[in-house]
Amino acid sequence: MKIVLQNLTKVFPSRNKKAGEEVIAVNDFTFEIPDGKLIGLLGPSGCGKSTTLYMISGLQKPTGGKIFFGDDDVTELSAENRGVGLVFQNYALYPHMTVKQNILFPLQNLRGADKLSKEEMLERALYAARLVQIDNLMDRKPSELSGGQQQRVAIARALVKMPKVLLLDEPLSNLDARLRLQTREEIRRIQKETGITTIFVTHDQEEAMSISDLIVVMKLGVVQQIGQPQEVYDDPQNLFVAKFLGTPPINVFDGKVEGGRLYIGDAAVLDVPGVADQEVTVGIRPEGFVPDENGPLVCRLNSVEVMGRDVSVVSSHPAAQTPAIRSIINADCKVNSGETVSYTLKPHKVLLFSKTDESRIYFEVK
Amino acid sequence: MSSTNHVTMHERDMRRVSSRQTVGKIVSKVMVYTFLILMAVIIIFPFYWMLISSVKSISEYRLSVPTLFPREILLSNYVDAFQQANLGRLFLNTLYVGLVSTLLSLVITVLSAFAFARLEFKGKNALFAALLGTMMIPGELFTITNYATVNSFGWMDSFTVLIVPFLVSVFYIYLLRQNFLQIPNELYLAAKVDGTSDLKYLWKVMIPLALPTLISITILKMMGAWNSYVWPRLVANDEKYQLITNGLRNAFTDSTGDVNIPVQMAAVAIVSFPLFLVFIFLRKYIMKGVSRSGIKG
Repeated sequence: MKIVLQNLTKVFPSRNKKAGEEVIAVNDFTFEIPDGKLIGLLGPSGCGKSTTLYMISGLQKPTGGKIFFGDDDVTELSAENRGVGLVFQNYALYPHMTVKQNILFPLQNLRGADKLSKEEMLERALYAARLVQIDNLMDRKPSELSGGQQQRVAIARALVKMPKVLLLDEPLSNLDARLRLQTREEIRRIQKETGITTIFVTHDQEEAMSISDLIVVMKLGVVQQIGQPQEVYDDPQNLFVAKFLGTPPINVFDGKVEGGRLYIGDAAVLDVPGVADQEVTVGIRPEGFVPDENGPLVCRLNSVEVMGRDVSVVSSHPAAQTPAIRSIINADCKVNSGETVSYTLKPHKVLLFSKTDESRIYFEVK
Repeated sequence: MSSTNHVTMHERDMRRVSSRQTVGKIVSKVMVYTFLILMAVIIIFPFYWMLISSVKSISEYRLSVPTLFPREILLSNYVDAFQQANLGRLFLNTLYVGLVSTLLSLVITVLSAFAFARLEFKGKNALFAALLGTMMIPGELFTITNYATVNSFGWMDSFTVLIVPFLVSVFYIYLLRQNFLQIPNELYLAAKVDGTSDLKYLWKVMIPLALPTLISITILKMMGAWNSYVWPRLVANDEKYQLITNGLRNAFTDSTGDVNIPVQMAAVAIVSFPLFLVFIFLRKYIMKGVSRSGIKG
């Protein structure tokens, strides 16, 4: 089922009535989520991604705008009747119930035409449990499960009523690093198997990029960019998105454009045809540096970190906005261990942004 | 050689240290146990006194030097107690009042605690503060106003008057509300998404999670009903509605105004027995209810 968000807005009244300040958690969010896709809502904490999720689930009422499931306007429908599955960050399993009772719980609440017989309920619960591979733990209590197992129970509970939409709120943040990798693959597999439109919220860009069909990058309640992960990474529309995506993060320099050439410091590092003369912010992806003895960008070499396949070179440059510039280069390229390291730049890994509004300035890549 | 020597010296030192520690431990243990035994004697003695008095003859009881071990054991006192005081009737009355008031009180407590813990309505905090404020007023003051109120309602000498005025306990509401508040908000949201109503959430999730507190409240309320004295004494003079404590007070006075204390003691022993059992088997919950709040029982 496709989900349409139409000018969705959520304003929280200020806690402090005298100050009278309102917090705009989500501002004018319009987006059509295609059927059966996995969407990653991505942004730093406080960007409104969880609020968006809660509005889709019906747990919070939007201040303005509409939400459609398919063609049905569900904006006024309460959470009980909306039929979504929601997995909470801390899983929110009912501690006094066994795994089986937890999974059965949503089914026992079905009314009217949807009401199931006991056998059907058990069958459905077992199906959901098998899907997340916990069918051997059905009689345990949540306290007797590991974090990863609890998480699976939470997913099974969300899936068991075959929701139109599955919502995951930071589902991996309470898991250790290895389990996180494994579980995100698992979520991807389950989503593919069930074909349920899934929205998941995370502040971890790597997580979002690795499994999402589409990512939505948000900042302070405003959607910054929507697109396929690679597309958003390669072609960010503003400095925030460029900075937010990618590990190691993009390297940012102060630069200027004069006569169609980009200068960082005094060195002309790249031809940027079609850009008017101005001061710019320059973003260079770590993989955009090519070591070259005669390269125009000369940096002070700090250290070289060997990572096996790649080498990470840490250097510094007076025009850089951060003390360390990190570049990832192929281990075959030898970096001389002198005082400095020189680079030429890959043009399509160099991104220019306006100094005034941080929006992207495009140039022709030859 | 020197190394083994060193080891044995070290061991000897250790042994000396540990023996010194052992002595200290024993001394402190002896002191602790002496204190505990002393306290136990002080607490147990009234019960012991009740039990031995309940089997003495009235003449032995009236000896100017009381006997600590009864010379003869008169179990007939217990039979007399049952017959003279109509204990069966008193038991049933008390049980009825206790059960009904506990049940109704639980319903009221659960619903109001839920409202204060989970629902959002205007003036919630002010109302709760006002309720808590009433706890500052001594219970004796309520007795007077309550008496005037029930009198004007014409409720005197009925079960209603024994049950209704004390159905609402702010303390229990407070206790349960605190318990409800500890249940994470996510569970409520999860239950909402899972399609439950507020009432069903209360019944299926909150009550099971707060069960230990609810059991504590039930026991404390039952004990309160069983032990209540002043209020029933004031409002229930008709024997049909008398509760056990009042029965005990009145039943053993003969025409000359003399009280047959051994028989009365036997009755007291009979009446205490159920509470004694309750305490033995459910003390875990009683202690939890009293100590968690740290205020009163």
